[in-house]
Parts: sequence; structure tokens; C-alpha cells
Amino acid sequence: MSLILTLYWAFFQVGLFAFGGGLAALPLIRDQVVETYHWLDMATFTDLVTIAEMTPGPIALNAATFVGTRVAGLPGSIVATIGCITPSLIIVLILARVYSAWKDKAAFQGVLGGLRPAAVALIASAGVSIAVLALFGEGERIAPDSVDWVALSCFAIALLVLRKWKLGPITVMLATGVVGTAIKLILEAV
Amino acid sequence: MDNASRPRMLTLFLSVLKISAFTFGGGYVIVPLMRKRFSEELGWIEQDEMLDMIAIGQSAPGPIAVNTSILLGYRLMGIRGALVSVLGTAIPPLVVLTLISLIYEAFISNKIVATFMAAMRAGVAAVIADVVWTMAGNIAKKKKPAPIALMAAAFVAVYFFKAPIVLVLLACGLLGFLVSGVASRKEAAR
Repeated sequence: MSLILTLYWAFFQVGLFAFGGGLAALPLIRDQVVETYHWLDMATFTDLVTIAEMTPGPIALNAATFVGTRVAGLPGSIVATIGCITPSLIIVLILARVYSAWKDKAAFQGVLGGLRPAAVALIASAGVSIAVLALFGEGERIAPDSVDWVALSCFAIALLVLRKWKLGPITVMLATGVVGTAIKLILEAV
Repeated sequence: MDNASRPRMLTLFLSVLKISAFTFGGGYVIVPLMRKRFSEELGWIEQDEMLDMIAIGQSAPGPIAVNTSILLGYRLMGIRGALVSVLGTAIPPLVVLTLISLIYEAFISNKIVATFMAAMRAGVAAVIADVVWTMAGNIAKKKKPAPIALMAAAFVAVYFFKAPIVLVLLACGLLGFLVSGVASRKEAAR
């Protein structure tokens, strides 16, 4: 029982102090899981980061589920997830009420007016990081000779399809994965 | 909005479930897809209000996708909507990661999986490029210099200078507040 409570508390803290999403949560998760409670060693934690980024869904929840399962099976994964979500539920529901009450106040609109462009900039920044990784590989050396031409073609066609034909983004992402993998495997076989 | 339909609990649940289950890359990819689904496809929420929710979701602690799903659910159907929406976001990671954590060594070292993940990055990058194009376009369209300058400055600070995201959001919120204060005083003076 106490293990379940500890697990809840550890991920409650992760949810409470992670500003800026899952990638900001990862160092906090390492503190709790590796340094404080020794649930995972550093090698497994590194694998956890890879898996959390490779699997769909919010990265922090992926990490919470993985750790929870390792520590206490299915109950552990549920408890760690709920722990990670609890601070959000409390804080964000308060913010939601503040938003509906103050939406028309000039000062609050001013703050939102500053946050909106920042929110778009953060999404753009994450996008550029992913694009660089996709087009130039892990080394991230941005030069004409290190371009992955298959990835660049897939990127261009996917963007064209999204802009022109309004195909669903999930379909486009999965299709790019399938097509890109097929081309890579064929190129290797030839 | 002419394509608007009445918000339904089941559609809300299934929409966030699908986005969480198939979107790779974490909150910064998930949140723009929520905007596409609920603002563009379903027409349940005005573009500007959705952008407010994304901005608030990024500014609060915790997973960005979780925060935004809570705001979205609460706005559409109160507390029950918030709980349904957060449940839909949390279930896919619980299922997927519980299964993968049992076989993760095989999963991580599988060559086809690795190739697929790398190939799909090009599609993820295209999806973000598409949504940033639309979102930044909406901000630029209003032809106000302050938000455009903030968006550019926030991008440079986060992407090139690796500035902490909390600081960038605080600075942008404060600047937005000050700019709107100056603007309303100018208007009052006229």
C-alpha cells in the first residue's frame, strides 16, 4: 500500500512542477525515479525516455505508465498516471473558471494577447526540432550533404497533401511512416 | 460557424482518445491536432478561444495535452466534460505503455520499429508545419506589430537560445499586459 502511495506522491510532484510539457517533466521524473526512490537504474531510465518519445500520447503520461508498471504492475501504472494528472485537474479547472469569469477584462485579454503568440512560437520551436531530426538525422549537422532525401521528399509531399487535400493529420503521419519505411527497406535491399 | 454541431460527450471522448492514441511526439503535436479537430472539423469552439486554451494549457504546470484536454472538456460540458476528456487522453498511454513495458527490450532494439519511428518524423514535422502555418497566419493576419514581434522573439529565445519555457511565457504574458495597458491609455487620451 505504501508503495502505491509513494508512487502517487512521486508523480503528483512531477505533474505539479513540470512547466513546458513532457520534455520538461523528464528531468523531474529522473529525480524521483532514479535519484530519490531508486526504482529504475540510469540505463533503464534512458530506455524509458526513448520509449516515451517513440510511443503515441503525452510523453509525461507515457513515462508515468512505464514506471508505474515496472514498480507495481497494472495498479502502479494507473496510480502513477492519476498522480501525474491530479495537479493539472486542480490548477487547470481553477484557471478555466478564471478564464470564463475574466475573459472580457482588458487586463486579462492583455496577458492572453502576449501568451497566444508565445504558444504558437513554442509549437513552432518543437516542430523545427523534429524537422531537423527528421531531415538531417541524429547528428543534427545542418548541411546540404547530410540531407536525408527520402525524408525530405516525404516531408514535402505530406505538407502538400495536408495543405491541398485537407486529409486528416493522423492518416498523413502514419502513411508517411509506412511509405518512408518501405522506401528505406527497399533501398537497403537493392 | 456554419459547420458547427452540438457538442456531444461521446464525440468528445472518442476524438481525444483517437488523437492521444495515434499522435506521436507529445503535447506540442497533440494540442494543434485538438485545435484542428474541435475548431476546424467540428466547429465547437472559435479559433481565438481555442488558441486561448492552448496558451493557458502551456502556461500551467503538468502535461500540456492533459491541461488542454481539461480546458476543452470543461468549456464544452463543465466538470463532467473535463473528466471525460482527461480520461480519453490518459487511456491510450495506459494501455500502450503497459503492454510495451513488458516487452520493451525487444521493442527498442527492433530495426523495423526504429526505421518506422524515424520515417514517421517527416510526417510529424509536416503536420506541425501545416498547423503552425495556419496558427501563425491567423496571428499575422490581424496586422498588429506587437503579437508578431512577440511570436518571433519567443521562437528565437526558445529555439536558438534554449531559454526556459516558464520565463518566456512569463515575459510574454507581462509584455502583453503592458502593451494592452499602453494601448488603452492612448485610446483614453484621444
